[in-house]
Amino acid sequence: MSEKTSVERPLSPHIQIYRWQVPMLTSILTRVTGNALIVSAVLVVWWLLAAATGPEAFAHADGILTSWVGDFVMTMSLLGLWYHFLAGLRHLAYDAGRGLDIPTAEKLGWAILIGSVVLTVLTIIIL
Amino acid sequence: MRYLTPRKRAEGRGASGSGTEHHWHMQVSAVGLAFIVPTFIYIFGKALGSSHDDVLATFSHPVPAILLALMLVFGLLHFKNGATIMVEDYWRGSTRRVILMIITAFTYGLAATGLFALAKMAL
Repeated sequence: MSEKTSVERPLSPHIQIYRWQVPMLTSILTRVTGNALIVSAVLVVWWLLAAATGPEAFAHADGILTSWVGDFVMTMSLLGLWYHFLAGLRHLAYDAGRGLDIPTAEKLGWAILIGSVVLTVLTIIIL
Repeated sequence: MRYLTPRKRAEGRGASGSGTEHHWHMQVSAVGLAFIVPTFIYIFGKALGSSHDDVLATFSHPVPAILLALMLVFGLLHFKNGATIMVEDYWRGSTRRVILMIITAFTYGLAATGLFALAKMAL
């Protein structure tokens, strides 16, 4: 038990093994959005730093973040953030042992997919 | 007679090497962020696109400043711990260790930079 043998431990199963399903897609998207949001975090911190530095730096950073490319990236970030938010709430429910039966899991998957789009549209309308 | 208790010999022997600590941290930060994120979206969404003076005015208010600080610290810690899980799933050995170090350094650096900018605006 104590000696250390170098075992090639298995990594995550390849996605080619399973047929695509909603719970699988939504689980993968949780990881994708969570990790991709670091790009948004860098942009936000850059914008904050520019605002703290002075008017010229701010004009430069703000110009890029509010250009059409910036608008697109920020809108996608918003969608990713709302998606990750809803998927995180679902994860907490799963962790509590709720919603794990297949029909409920499928419904929850659709709920977070549609819910994230709805919340994004509402956010854009309100703000 | 063994001096080490069975508990001592069992600790850290699971697949994670650290029990449920990581999972618990993700749960705690997730619940916290469930409250912080919608407020952050509102504050940041209002500030983005407004004038420089308005941005400075927004973040010199205590409530938006504190919420942004919470978002920076707990959002990025949550990211660090989540990204760690991804790295542990797809890489092993030295590559894993190096990537984990880079993620840790980058995350703390980004949080510190954001907090510096916030402090400069708020104070």
